[in-house]
Amino acid sequence: MREVISTGNELAAKAAVEAGARFFGGYPITPSSEVMHESSDLLPKVGGVCIQMEDEIAGISAALGASMTGVKSYTATSGPGISLKAEQIGLGFIAEIPLVIINVMRGGPSTGLPTRVSQADIGQAQYPTHGDYASITLCAGSLTECYTQTVRAFNLAEKYMTPVFMLLDETIGHMHGKADLPDIEEIEASIVDREKFHGDPSDYKPYRAEMNKPAVLNPMFEGYKYHITGLHHGDEGFPTEDAEQCEFNIERLVGKINTVHLENGGLDDLPDYEEIDLDDADVCIIAYGSIALGAYEAVKKLRSEGIKAGLFRPIMLWPSPIKRLEELGKKFENRIMVTELNMGQYSKEIERVIKRNDFTTLLKANGRPIAPAEMVAKVKEMM
Amino acid sequence: MAFNYDKYLRVNKMPTLWCWGCGDGVILKATIRAIEKMGWDMKDVCIVSGIGCSGRFSSYIDCNTVHTTHGRTVAYATGIKLAKPHAHVIVVAGDGDGLAIGGNHTIHGCRRNIDLNFILINNFIYGLTNSQTSPTTPRGMWTVSQKNGNIDPTFDACQLAIGAGASFVARESMTDPKKLEKILVKGFSHKGFSFLDIFSNCHINLGRKNKMANAMENLAWIDNITLPLKKWEALSEEERLNIFPTGVLREVEQEEYCEMYAEIQKAAQGQRAKISQDDFEKKI
Repeated sequence: MREVISTGNELAAKAAVEAGARFFGGYPITPSSEVMHESSDLLPKVGGVCIQMEDEIAGISAALGASMTGVKSYTATSGPGISLKAEQIGLGFIAEIPLVIINVMRGGPSTGLPTRVSQADIGQAQYPTHGDYASITLCAGSLTECYTQTVRAFNLAEKYMTPVFMLLDETIGHMHGKADLPDIEEIEASIVDREKFHGDPSDYKPYRAEMNKPAVLNPMFEGYKYHITGLHHGDEGFPTEDAEQCEFNIERLVGKINTVHLENGGLDDLPDYEEIDLDDADVCIIAYGSIALGAYEAVKKLRSEGIKAGLFRPIMLWPSPIKRLEELGKKFENRIMVTELNMGQYSKEIERVIKRNDFTTLLKANGRPIAPAEMVAKVKEMM
Repeated sequence: MAFNYDKYLRVNKMPTLWCWGCGDGVILKATIRAIEKMGWDMKDVCIVSGIGCSGRFSSYIDCNTVHTTHGRTVAYATGIKLAKPHAHVIVVAGDGDGLAIGGNHTIHGCRRNIDLNFILINNFIYGLTNSQTSPTTPRGMWTVSQKNGNIDPTFDACQLAIGAGASFVARESMTDPKKLEKILVKGFSHKGFSFLDIFSNCHINLGRKNKMANAMENLAWIDNITLPLKKWEALSEEERLNIFPTGVLREVEQEEYCEMYAEIQKAAQGQRAKISQDDFEKKI
């Protein structure tokens, strides 16, 4: 275990470099800029590149370009930046280019509340761009997770050949404090690198993948010459409008994440959620990101007052933990309180999964956090 | 012996999607001949294209090819080149791609002087999408989005590139394939951002409604609006109006971005002092 004093944003950058990333392309935006600042220190030290591009679109484009050469790449931004990057994220999805997109969430829409906290980009992370695809989205609930989940994001991006969202929020991104990080040896042992084709180049078909499997894209400049396009494409990567092929492409893009997640009970061996005191609980609080930090306190306070509360904290927001949410819905029925810093973006997913809308929500979208006392009061109202 | 294009082409992708008589094919062939002259190993060559007729350019040459989004070619190519500085990266963009939606990236690619070879296929119109006005459409011409005549001023792409700091700026048209090949070789040989403004025809979607409905009429028009730099310089200010100089318009030695970044890496690794103003002749 390594003990460090740092901020969430800086820990995300540290994690990227220790996960093997060697390219950052980005553009300054509050409250994520420190990810770039830290990356500009760390990357050249290890032979990597950190470039501040001319705009948000260029930032992600450069990162995608670098990733095509086999170099693990990332960008960092906040909501308005994601809006600008949207089209390139789509290229990442359809062309299956691994990339980690760190979004330190601030209030929106538009310029919104640049320096204040929000969790209103949850929906955007699920559907950041036009068309059909499935998104992988992780959300850090502590300083330690700014590090560990960012490492995980890189591993998932490489394993599933797709852009992965790493969500922080302003509170956790700018939080300064102690974090316990796994030893570097442990991190290095966990690193996932994208698969490569080792056969004869004339046999290589990068996009010839079975249903629910990712493409196998060899790095450029290694003798496997192929075509990458944002158009629908066949096995060899060349454009096609063949109806059967296009249908297969979309089903595979969605299936390689959503179906695999459902059938395998996850996308990797790491937990998709954390549970606190849920076993004997009468009421279940659901919270994620920095808001969960307040929810830990609320659970303690409620228990000290004789109300058996527990916490369910999703870490992987998309795909959502469907099976566990269904179980919680059956167990707690309407004794669930979802609290988040938006107008109910994740509450809607919970409603969809547990198929009931009579649970309680505690929502805020004014750039202020939700205090434990507010959660305690809301739970008492429910009881 | 006839030049063996098949060695470089993805033959099974032929014929191209371009219209009969389109200049893009001439530029494709000249590019291939220039690559051969350079002696590049195709394993190390990357062609990045955007959206539009020129977007298909990348798919026809057998190397590492990327067909990106509209206007973002230079940004993608910047990532590719910085990640693998040994690679030979050719960017192909149309006039809409490189000067309108992607203008910002063109400017900053020039400014950074990163070693990219930027071929602007300039046919003065949005051809693929049926004749909308582009930044280089001449004033007064008919377009489908300005049926009463285009009133937007015509962009001089080379002036933009020079202003933005590209260290190699040249213009040629595809009406003279030999000259075109020569200028591409010069551009490819140059270290730094090579901006190559290549005039091409679109008799189908520019010419049809502007009195040059066959390719030859469109080519004649291109010849009429271009003049080699030396001859152009001899013209009076008044005579220069509506005439574009061709040939190498700027060629200077300037710090290349990837090489400078390598210095940043050295400084970060303690192998040299950090970059200071003293490292540069031109500081501001």
